[in-house]
Amino acid sequence: MSGGAPIAPKLVLGRRYHIAASHRLHSEKLSEEENARLYGKCSNPHGHGHNYVVEVHVSGEVDPATGMIANLADLDSYVQREVLDPLDHRNLNEDVSVFRDVVPTTENLCREVYARLRGFPGARLERVRIEETGKNSFEYTESEGGSL
Amino acid sequence: MVTVTRKIEFAASHRYHNPELSDEENRRIFGKCNSPHGHGHNYTLEVTVAGEPDPVTGMVLDLRQLKELLEREVMQRMDHRHLNYEVPELAGKIPTCENIARVIWDLLEPKIQRGRLHHIRLHESSDLFVDCYRRGKEAV
Repeated sequence: MSGGAPIAPKLVLGRRYHIAASHRLHSEKLSEEENARLYGKCSNPHGHGHNYVVEVHVSGEVDPATGMIANLADLDSYVQREVLDPLDHRNLNEDVSVFRDVVPTTENLCREVYARLRGFPGARLERVRIEETGKNSFEYTESEGGSL
Repeated sequence: MVTVTRKIEFAASHRYHNPELSDEENRRIFGKCNSPHGHGHNYTLEVTVAGEPDPVTGMVLDLRQLKELLEREVMQRMDHRHLNYEVPELAGKIPTCENIARVIWDLLEPKIQRGRLHHIRLHESSDLFVDCYRRGKEAV
């Protein structure tokens, strides 16, 4: 319809963070042969690393006083404390307790980052999207009818 | 449903400052975005229109019309402008990515001739962006 009043949209703020970390895809529940077949070179014994891009999407009302859904400094410091400090320049298998029992695929990393950020008090967490490389990306949401 | 996305870039300056707050509060809330003489960004805007392709033309909408709409409503209004002083739709608002995206959505949404505005994404930088989604079932 041309010329009518606009339909109000849902606004979601997206912020990208960067993590460099190593991992090894290897399941204790599988034989060496099965691990090698399933994970290929990702199962090499001493691991390898990625520059992960962690995209955090939050929604909420825009505060008229600040024009913001969430104060970026608050979001940045929360992500720094909960995600970047514990994960950046770490070995995910060895240094992050959840990945002692869970294979640190980027699917599982999405869930872990989401769990670590779920409690952010400044806005509602919509989803976490992680680029493992420029070619592979993964998303996780618990939001019903979450964006996209 | 098919979606069509067009991307444009514009460069603009802005400053975050709420005159109802003290200078100290402004600095605390907005940090370096409160720097007195402002600063600028290369904004990237992606506009996604959803609909069914016309059986004759094979198009959801005429991309030339979308290009002209974006030129008229966004580029002429915001490109190489100071968003605090030169864009009436942002008067009295802090020109954050949220508020700019909302203004752009409101400018475009009623003027899409064919299909419907589905989603816009406004990037202030590669690491900061705001999405506006059409609400409701049709958005999927």
